[in-house]
Amino acid sequence: MSGFSIYLIFFLIIALNYGIMGLGLNLQWGYTGLFNAGVVGFYAIGAYGAAILVGPDRDYLIGGFDLPWPVAILGGMALAALAALIVGLATLRLREEYLAIATFGIALSLQLVALNFESLTGGANGLVGLPRPLFHLFEDSTTYNLFFLGLVIVILGIVWFGLELAVRSPWGRLLRAVREDESAARSLGKNITLIRLQVFVLGCSLIGLSGGLYVAFIGFVSPTDFLPLLTFQVWAMLIVGGSGNNAGAVLGAVVVWALWTMSGLAISRVAPVELQSQAGAIQVMLIGLLIVAMLIFRPRGLIGEKTGGS
Amino acid sequence: MLQAIADGFMSGAIIALGAIGLTLTMGILRFANFAHAELVTAGAYIALAVLWLTGAFMGPIGPFSFGIPMLLAMVVAMAGTSVLALTIDHLVFRRLRDRSGHMTLVFGSFGVSLVVRMIILLIFGGAATYYSNELQIAMRVVPGLRIMPDQLFVLGLTVVIVVALHFFLQRTRLGLSMRALAENPELTRVNGVDTNRVIRWTWIIGASLATIAGVFYGLTIQLRPEIGFHLILPLFAAAILGGTGNVIGAVIGGLIVGMAESLSVLFIPAGYKLAVPFLILLLVLYLKPTGLFSGSAGGAK
Repeated sequence: MSGFSIYLIFFLIIALNYGIMGLGLNLQWGYTGLFNAGVVGFYAIGAYGAAILVGPDRDYLIGGFDLPWPVAILGGMALAALAALIVGLATLRLREEYLAIATFGIALSLQLVALNFESLTGGANGLVGLPRPLFHLFEDSTTYNLFFLGLVIVILGIVWFGLELAVRSPWGRLLRAVREDESAARSLGKNITLIRLQVFVLGCSLIGLSGGLYVAFIGFVSPTDFLPLLTFQVWAMLIVGGSGNNAGAVLGAVVVWALWTMSGLAISRVAPVELQSQAGAIQVMLIGLLIVAMLIFRPRGLIGEKTGGS
Repeated sequence: MLQAIADGFMSGAIIALGAIGLTLTMGILRFANFAHAELVTAGAYIALAVLWLTGAFMGPIGPFSFGIPMLLAMVVAMAGTSVLALTIDHLVFRRLRDRSGHMTLVFGSFGVSLVVRMIILLIFGGAATYYSNELQIAMRVVPGLRIMPDQLFVLGLTVVIVVALHFFLQRTRLGLSMRALAENPELTRVNGVDTNRVIRWTWIIGASLATIAGVFYGLTIQLRPEIGFHLILPLFAAAILGGTGNVIGAVIGGLIVGMAESLSVLFIPAGYKLAVPFLILLLVLYLKPTGLFSGSAGGAK
């Protein structure tokens, strides 16, 4: 296989895994209008949760339960759901921005836990040497990556299909009612807070799923993979692709991740060494500009929500 | 212990100044502005740029590490940051305010915060800097408590500003319009209040106070591009604790958050200090979401 296709497989695994995260976020923001400003926190819980459950027992660490991967990833998702429940119960009955503020806060706090709770998370070094799922069945890492790409596509497909079914159900129509006209939905006797809580917890567990898959793929966790920037990147993916549309969420993940990696590559090739950090700052700034510009000029994204009857 | 309380007062004063602007934005413009804390950073760095550009020595007077040039730089920075805030409002928030749900504004402010932070990083670099490299001798007030003269100045000026702002909101026409807009926007508009003017002054006051907070931060701690990012949570915690829209509430909220952060080090590892505002926030939202002193635009629906 050529170097390019090897890279393409690697790229698609990462991008489509972000797609799963984008689907979770789209359920929250696109369909229900819930602003999650701490995406990276729920991603990190899914990742660390899975790593702690799957990791081999080491005497200097709490945890290391040696559990099989599917259990570990589900465990990570459950932990992400639990964190979502704690934040959601506090904020979802209040004005909408309180959810944004609280999610921002939990992400920041979890970052501190990842860095400081060394006996659980490995601190700045993270947790390394995790067994990768079914790795021993493959001869080399290229065929393994191909297998993993298939796995991510299958999981993405299942999540997508499930969400499509859900948003077309009466429950799904209710989400948009909550987003568009809360008091109307309330006057129909619907429990708005409960619906919001369901959506928020479900969305966060999907974000956690994506975190668990990421760890399964790379075989370690470290705090540098969970910087606040990731939240902005995932938001850019959703808004570029088109919120309120699952295809848009996945498309946006691929497009924005491609732009990000290509611009990073271009900077490392073109920019002189002494200007590399400035170039990096410009790259990050463009993510912010992209979000603002899309909100102002094309809030529907590339392929946004289908309007009129659905 | 005594030292921790004194330090808590200091950072509490800085948080309070930032939180006043934020609480006014939340009350009057009715959205949670994630970019507000970046105004603190912008103000601090604009003041630094003024010092650099004019080549003015900070000109220490008496026991302080700074003098008239520093104060003038701060005033210029207040104007500069106000222009920045008004520009952002004109380019971004006004357009989003006109047409979409208010969560889009929150989303927009989230993007704006990243842009502002990166521009500051680009211009000034990522390393920590100081207004002055001169060392200041701390005064030993009582055994176990050292205070720098600058810190006393910061506390004193904060008290003056809060009192002045309180009278401005209670006694002047503009202050009355601001409170009215926070209380009931429709009725205020019907009564012929120029809401655009009120919105403009909300930004100017918020940005000016953020600048003062930033300069104080730079004087007493250091200048870093992440000042704002690390203040986002303390500012929101203070504003919500005090009741959104409530200026005096924001000040007391700021002091409580600053004090809690500072005292927390006695009980938990210092690495978790930044999570303290989040815990306060969570506690307030669970127990009393309208804040200690219910604000004009109460949080609970």
